[in-house]
Amino acid sequence: MAVAQPKEAPYDPSSKRQQLRQTLKRTWLAWAYIAPAGLLMAIISFFPQIFQVWMAFTNFRIQNLRFNLLRPETWEQFAPDFVGLSNFVKIITSNLAIENYDFGRLLLFNITWTFTNVILHVVLGVLIALALNSKNLIGRRIYRALFILPWAIPGYINALTWRNMFDQNFGAINFLIGYLNNWLGTSFDTRIRWLDATTPPIGGLLSFLPLAFYALLVTNVWLGWPFMTVVATGALQAIPDELYEAAGIDGANGWQKFWNVTVPMIRPAMVPAIMLGTIWTFNNFNVIYFISRGGPFGRTEILVTQAFKLVFEQRLYGVAAAFSLIVFVILLIITLINNRVTRATEAYNA
Amino acid sequence: MLSNFFSFLEFLSSTPAGRARRAAFAHRIQVGFSLFGQNLLHFFRPTERGSKVRKAFFRQLGLQLFLLTIALIVLFPILWIFSMALDPRNIDKPLDLTLIPPGASLAAFRKVLIEPFPLLCSNPTDLSTCMTFSRLLINSLIVALGTSVFAVVLGASAAYAFSRFNFIGRQAGMIGFIVLLMLPSTATLAPLYVLLSQIRIGGEALRQTLPGLMIAYASGTLPFAIWNLKGYFDTVPKELEEAAIIDGASVTQTFLRIILPLSVPALAVTVLFSFMSGWTEFVLAWTFLDNPSRFTLAMALRSMQGQFATPWSEFSAMSILMSIPIILLFFAMQRYIVSGLTVGGVKG
Repeated sequence: MAVAQPKEAPYDPSSKRQQLRQTLKRTWLAWAYIAPAGLLMAIISFFPQIFQVWMAFTNFRIQNLRFNLLRPETWEQFAPDFVGLSNFVKIITSNLAIENYDFGRLLLFNITWTFTNVILHVVLGVLIALALNSKNLIGRRIYRALFILPWAIPGYINALTWRNMFDQNFGAINFLIGYLNNWLGTSFDTRIRWLDATTPPIGGLLSFLPLAFYALLVTNVWLGWPFMTVVATGALQAIPDELYEAAGIDGANGWQKFWNVTVPMIRPAMVPAIMLGTIWTFNNFNVIYFISRGGPFGRTEILVTQAFKLVFEQRLYGVAAAFSLIVFVILLIITLINNRVTRATEAYNA
Repeated sequence: MLSNFFSFLEFLSSTPAGRARRAAFAHRIQVGFSLFGQNLLHFFRPTERGSKVRKAFFRQLGLQLFLLTIALIVLFPILWIFSMALDPRNIDKPLDLTLIPPGASLAAFRKVLIEPFPLLCSNPTDLSTCMTFSRLLINSLIVALGTSVFAVVLGASAAYAFSRFNFIGRQAGMIGFIVLLMLPSTATLAPLYVLLSQIRIGGEALRQTLPGLMIAYASGTLPFAIWNLKGYFDTVPKELEEAAIIDGASVTQTFLRIILPLSVPALAVTVLFSFMSGWTEFVLAWTFLDNPSRFTLAMALRSMQGQFATPWSEFSAMSILMSIPIILLFFAMQRYIVSGLTVGGVKG
């Protein structure tokens, strides 16, 4: 259509105005559709978050809880003091009166935790999706039904079950090692202190990871791969067979077909899933809090479990709010990079 | 799954359709056997077909070994919960790895299902004011279904705007919703508590009521719902709506009559996820609700986990009972989950 228009269209203010009016009308209609969700989110999520931003710059503590924004008479008596950036400075310089607190280690652990998990989820998820999608597989439907179970069982129940299984004296994992010893004649330790051992199993660069990290990793990988498998399955099913046939005619072997056909075709579906997976894992409260409780000596603590403890154990609301903002900034950086790569926010017809 | 069940009933029936199903089944078995026999014959032959059959056999064997290993790993913790639930000793921790413990019984299930929960009573001295499984179940269903309805209605409408309109502030709005997903909500509990206590409906603070919980959970699931639904709506061809608009349909009509019916998989995924979050959440519920008559199953499960001793058999039985509805929902929606989660990504 643009081609049909003459190159030097005369400037016409009335048509410009009409265009603007149309854009505004469209904008109004669009916001009307967003309004119900937007209003709910504004009140329930956004307002407390703004409140949280304000709290982050104050020394909000338990005695300030009676402060009520909607009741001016409480303002003077219960308002917390403005402390500027002091909360942030205290957090980043590890200057908090909490046992075993070290911001650098916390951040390093949180990032290691996120990346190891997401990588394992994606690799296992795609591998299993490929196996389930192969031709003439016997029992496909049974496997599909079974493999959704870790995802379908509520996360809190999963976490507590795994905590039980890693118990030193009565846990299923140590029992299982005992059985393996019996069958294979080996003599592995059957009294492993999975969650409290302090000596790191791998030294050197990885010596900041206690045994509990590996136990948590096993648990969260068990929990997390089915989601990736489901997403990968959908993407795999959408690949036309002709592409593989064409690659076969060109003389590609199985490995080449995987890298040159499968990977580019499932990438658009996997990238948003990886983005979500990264956010979920970075803030995965259930697994850490209910299995290792951050132990031993706070070495498996992640940022959100630490923030939770600041609220519910230390009652340092101001510091916890500052903590949440730091978590947010880190995630925002990750997401903006991701959005750059995937262009996930573009409209369909834009 | 339900349709499987009905076709199985038909298979057993003496109607012509049932007879045809049985005949088709018998034929498939026959063909299968004869193929198997032929393949078996070729398996040991040094011909080209023989090598093909051998290759297919070992490929299948490898796949089965891999998938069986995964299946065992998946099932191991689940069997462990079952074994604990059947254990009559209700001990602190099990003493051995047994699928069926000595003296296995369903007593823990019976107790959880029938007897009142002594920790969840309006009046601690009167057992009849205590919550029972059925009353907790009703509350849980109300909260979970209410959350799904909120999330699906509000999410679909907002996602439609993001998908179909090119308006001022679209990018910012879309990013805004995702940003809310990233902000950890630990410290917002206190302001939300104060806020919902201020809104009063019928002499009661919204915070103390189940609808208050519903909207709090729905706002938690909305960012993902909008994100996922928008991706799916993007794949519905625009030509369909253009045709409808030429026929005189309004924007709202095209949304309700064209987009929504074509997006059932993504809507199903939204319902599933929001139902799940309403069904399992307990931290917020525990902080907000005061009256035990409003408590949910997830809160009851949490209350069983004692500081010093946990009745593990009852806890496991309760866990299993709580997981069953979610698992059934997953299976019922399994054919939608795959496309509902990925179509947006595949074509967009």
